[in-house]
Amino acid sequence: MDEQPIAIKTLTIDGKEVGARSGDTILQVAQEHGIWIPTLCFLDGLTAYGSCRICMVELEGNNRLFPACVTKVYEGMVVIIHSPRLEHYRRVIVEMLLSERPHICSVCVSNGHCELQTMAQLLGVTSVRYPYLMRKHDVDASNHRFLHDDNRCILCGRCVRVCSEIEGAHTWAFSGRGVESRIVTDLDQPWGESESCTGCSKCVHVCPTGALIEKGRSVAEMAKRRQFLPYLTVMRKEDAE
Amino acid sequence: MARTISIDPVTRIEGHARITLQLNDDGVVDDARFHVTQFRGFEKFCEGRPFYEMPSLMARTCGICPVSHLIAGAKACDDLFAVQIPYPAQMLRRLMNLAQILQSHALNFYYLSLPDLFFGMDADPAKRNIIAVAQENPELAQDGIRLRQIGQQIIETLGGKRIHPSWVVPGGVNAPLTPEHREMILGGVPEGLAILKRALEWFHAHRDAFKPEVNTFGNFSSYYLGIVNEKGNLEHYDGNFRVMDAAGNIVVDQLDTLKYQDLIAEANEAWTYEKFPYLKELGYPDGMYRVGPLARLNIATACDTYRADEELKNFRSSTTTPAASSFHYHWARLIEMIYCLERMEQILNDPDILSTHVRAFAKPNSFNGIGVAEAPRGTLIHHYRIDENGLMTWADLVIATVHNNLAMNRAVLQVAKSFVDGKELTDGALNRVEAVIRAFDPCLSCSTHADGRRDLQVDLIDADGRLVDSTTR
Repeated sequence: MDEQPIAIKTLTIDGKEVGARSGDTILQVAQEHGIWIPTLCFLDGLTAYGSCRICMVELEGNNRLFPACVTKVYEGMVVIIHSPRLEHYRRVIVEMLLSERPHICSVCVSNGHCELQTMAQLLGVTSVRYPYLMRKHDVDASNHRFLHDDNRCILCGRCVRVCSEIEGAHTWAFSGRGVESRIVTDLDQPWGESESCTGCSKCVHVCPTGALIEKGRSVAEMAKRRQFLPYLTVMRKEDAE
Repeated sequence: MARTISIDPVTRIEGHARITLQLNDDGVVDDARFHVTQFRGFEKFCEGRPFYEMPSLMARTCGICPVSHLIAGAKACDDLFAVQIPYPAQMLRRLMNLAQILQSHALNFYYLSLPDLFFGMDADPAKRNIIAVAQENPELAQDGIRLRQIGQQIIETLGGKRIHPSWVVPGGVNAPLTPEHREMILGGVPEGLAILKRALEWFHAHRDAFKPEVNTFGNFSSYYLGIVNEKGNLEHYDGNFRVMDAAGNIVVDQLDTLKYQDLIAEANEAWTYEKFPYLKELGYPDGMYRVGPLARLNIATACDTYRADEELKNFRSSTTTPAASSFHYHWARLIEMIYCLERMEQILNDPDILSTHVRAFAKPNSFNGIGVAEAPRGTLIHHYRIDENGLMTWADLVIATVHNNLAMNRAVLQVAKSFVDGKELTDGALNRVEAVIRAFDPCLSCSTHADGRRDLQVDLIDADGRLVDSTTR
């Protein structure tokens, strides 16, 4: 047996000394030690993506902010998760997400089951300082089982990743730039006409908001089931090996 | 010199409105208008949304009677499904609707109207509120608060929330009734009936003092419209249209509510955001009709519950047939509250009420759906059209209060002509102009917020539009 010994790194997260494997991200280590770092685009079982910037942390000795989900640990790292600056930026991010699309929780099928709503509550977002853009996005209801509502999308990309990494269908993709960004199926065709979609519903269940939902769900009824994902990821890895 | 008197806003009603009185050169009231000053746009901004969001989305138009919108909206969606929903689901929806009528009527009678009835129309404005009633007669005010609480708690017990529960869904309801909740709701019925017994005793002891108001508060000939059950009795959830004329003749009976467009049409006026429905056959404005508690009791053969029918007999022997004065809306509300409690007790004793079969699942089978139910203030109609993917393309809501719009305008004019003297504006006279509106209990797309100004401002404006005098109270 000539297995390489796993290199152990020691670091400090919010004053707590913790051990980690070399190659781990700050988020992985924090989660293993029961330390909460807010996340939105991250989902266990999918490739970390670092797009939402909610998980930004401070590293002592560096003025930059680092996304915890994609930043690898190193020996002697001192991570700060809670500071007035970080809390300010996290709230600003959530407020910008809320103001970019018409997120109206009270009439949303995901009310009470929405990660954006929960994040706003956890971060104490009681009001939005920016005017809502209130751009109207058409709802794509062409799929007979599912519905795509761009009005509720935060562009986290979980649907894009689960579709390519787990299902292997590559149905979902990003289109446009900046405020014009949208998720689209195939070559921006109606979902119901997509030839690549297998109808597996993984995208619906990893979606953190009411952007991808099952048809026929009434307000506050769309609870997502995503327990399947880590098991699927492990099984796919085992199959590959 | 011709003048306009403006009462803005009208207080102790749900929503925001203004009344203008036009005086002629002799200072006599020439015309009166009840203007609804808020615009909501629900019919427009729902377009493009999935239809199964509609019950909860439309319910957001109101914080007082959201349950009525939930029910009419869900019934319209059932019609889009083109399915018959399970019997226990119908009974549970009916239960919640009755609880909502109970709490809404209690709100109008005790909180909004009782201050006028308790202290008199000419009393000091500072006293005309529920707090002052509580100081003078704590038991009466507490009864009102408790009665409303009973209704609200039933809504919460069934739907998880007092305001805007999302329990009523297309196809039924999303959770069955538990035995514990059944017992909890049943436990409140005797207390509610005891409160209403005391309310009626108080009302009968004082109603003779309001004979001038009975004679002039919207006391005129009109048609009466509502839904009745297959026996012609009082019904709030599912029935057919009945229309009665001013002489008490039933002119339309057991008309399918899906044919509402054969029965009524809506007119618009430039000076208000509220439409004017009228009976199509008679035209506008001759086809004026009234809805709500007074109309429902006028058109119904009976309530079909013991205590409510006893009081209905008393009501019918003391009023004209049909009861023409809108002042009698107050009495009718008390009778309906008794009915609500008795009917809820019957429903809760139904052997199927605890069934877990409370929802039908379906895809839309029709592109056109209509839902009609009786809200506290009258007949409520939701009409939706969808495309082949289930997205809304068009909506028409005929809100209960809107049916009464012609009658409310007529009633305001009648009261103003009887009590307002252009030479001398008195607080009591202007309060009566507002009080007749309160008798109708309008819900002017209730949940909007005013601009912060709460005082009643009366402006005297001369024929050239110049402000002559202004007073705030």
